[in-house]
Amino acid sequence: MKAITANRLRDGEVVFLGKDGVWVESFAAAALFPRAEADGVLAAAKEKAEREQFGVDIYAFEVVEQDGVPVPATMRERIRTAGPTVRLDLGKQAA
Amino acid sequence: MNHIAPGARAGIYHYDEIDRQFVAERVEQFRKQVERRLSGELTEEEFKPIRLMNGLYLQLHAYMLRIAVPYGVMSATQLRKLSAIGRKYDRGYGHFTTRQNLQYNWIKLEDTPAILHELAEVDMHALQTSGNCVRNVTTDPFVGAARDEVVDGRVYAEILRQWTTMHPEFTYLPRKFKIAISGAESDRAAVRIHDVGLLARRNEKGEPGFSFYVGGGLGRSPFVGKLVREWVAQEDFVAYLEAILRVYNQYGRRDNIYKARIKILVHELGLEKFTQEVEEEFARLRGPKYRLDPEVVEAIRQHFAPPPLEELPDHSDALERAKAADPAFANWVAVNVAEHKAPGYAIATVSLKPAGGIPGDATCDQMDLVADLAERYSFGELRVTHVQNLVLAHVKKDDLYDLWKQLDAAELGSANAGLIGDIIACPGLDYCALANARSIPLAQAISARFADPVRQRTIGELGIKISGCINACGHHHVGAIGILGVDKKGTEYYQITVGGDPTLTTAIGDILGPAVTETEAVDAIEAIVDVYLANRSDEGERFIDTLRRVGHAPFKERIYAAD
Repeated sequence: MKAITANRLRDGEVVFLGKDGVWVESFAAAALFPRAEADGVLAAAKEKAEREQFGVDIYAFEVVEQDGVPVPATMRERIRTAGPTVRLDLGKQAA
Repeated sequence: MNHIAPGARAGIYHYDEIDRQFVAERVEQFRKQVERRLSGELTEEEFKPIRLMNGLYLQLHAYMLRIAVPYGVMSATQLRKLSAIGRKYDRGYGHFTTRQNLQYNWIKLEDTPAILHELAEVDMHALQTSGNCVRNVTTDPFVGAARDEVVDGRVYAEILRQWTTMHPEFTYLPRKFKIAISGAESDRAAVRIHDVGLLARRNEKGEPGFSFYVGGGLGRSPFVGKLVREWVAQEDFVAYLEAILRVYNQYGRRDNIYKARIKILVHELGLEKFTQEVEEEFARLRGPKYRLDPEVVEAIRQHFAPPPLEELPDHSDALERAKAADPAFANWVAVNVAEHKAPGYAIATVSLKPAGGIPGDATCDQMDLVADLAERYSFGELRVTHVQNLVLAHVKKDDLYDLWKQLDAAELGSANAGLIGDIIACPGLDYCALANARSIPLAQAISARFADPVRQRTIGELGIKISGCINACGHHHVGAIGILGVDKKGTEYYQITVGGDPTLTTAIGDILGPAVTETEAVDAIEAIVDVYLANRSDEGERFIDTLRRVGHAPFKERIYAAD
């Protein structure tokens, strides 16, 4: 599975593509796409985000299941979804 | 505008009205560019180079804004402004970097024009902190105070700042361009790992001049800078540097980002051919137009006149009494305090490396405190070092104990300057979009393992430098022990190098063996230290000297014996 992410143009906040094409701040609310579909969804999301000046640096990343819960496959994306591992008071994990 | 009062005490360069107008116009220009980006008039592709020219990157969690601290020297007023911005627009802290700059990690694009406006109020900006231009010129953090100083590097760094700022010919170089100047007998500016490194000296007549090293640098292809000219007279300083930049601008590769730095040009052209090209260009440039007028130099030197130091005896009874009464303070003095050229004064390094802390990070409260202490004890000026610490350069020996007590109460009093706890670490994968692995957690674990100040002093001078990727922002190549984070199929590994040296005897470290995991890395560092302690000829032999004498074998054997 894959999820699609971006940084919000206005403030740089990490966002994820959720249901119905709505961008959400929490990875828990991110939509997951089968690999075969992800490229098409990504292309459409890029085009829409640029047209609406919403997000930058838009890309898809791998998601795996861990203890029955979807989590980003790489450390980089885990850090983006939570915040710096060295400052647990910062980023989304602080909320 | 609430500018720093012109004519305020020397030690800090003060803008004139032309500087101020220029920076103010740039802020307004960027404000309109941001508006045009947010309205969709500019695409991201169009906007990205514009924001980078104003020091604004997009990192993992947010925008990162890099503020220029020219040659690492600033006033208490400026530090207080950096603190105020960190509190108002960021998350209550800032990160001091190896470029003697400051970075904020959680900036909003829409706030950036306001931040730049506030910076301009104290004669600061973010220009040329990114992009393919001449970056912030760095120098010795002890400049103007060191007992071994021959020439004041700030004067020439400031001349370069004025000469290169928005110089049309050097705004679109093949790649970024970094210059360092050292004016002392010791090299505290790591000149030979820069695109151009200048060693300022005086000739037998007492005239100032420079040795030019070119083509040093770390990153994917590390090189030690090569001597291109032993002596360039002060009056030819600008002409010779311009000749180097012109040759680079003409021949530097623009087709391959990995081969675009001047170090590759010098390597591929060969030192002889490169030097010939520079000398020919220099011969064309040399003349009245490029001659550096001694009156101009003197006018700038006036900005850096010594502070009103008192005439004091070099010996301080108060200092000796405090050292005798408080061993922790005595240890700090032995490690973090350096000789000042004026009797009765000292140079104090403020460590931003508490055991288990994040190298280079300072909270806004800490910044405010250091600003207060700089005003109280060091004529209102301070410096950022390329090893991510701060320096108060003119402290009376009589005041050191009061200073240290206040620093220590704010976790700024660690006695580890130059020791194993004084680790350089780039932001790594916790923040940086380019990184492959985290740097900070490893730095924290190593400094916690070696937290004991007695143990640190027993080990002695030993620089650990950590980079989270091959770009080497953590200078791992020149760490006595260097650590490079690498990604192997989604897992962080760390490659250890030994034998790096950032001083005049510059050396690039050698890889010791296969990369190890994060868990193994701290034990590996401890094993290297143990081998050093077991093999050193006496307590005075530094790690780097023991390594050079006994070679890599005993270290390799200890770490990889079980493999």
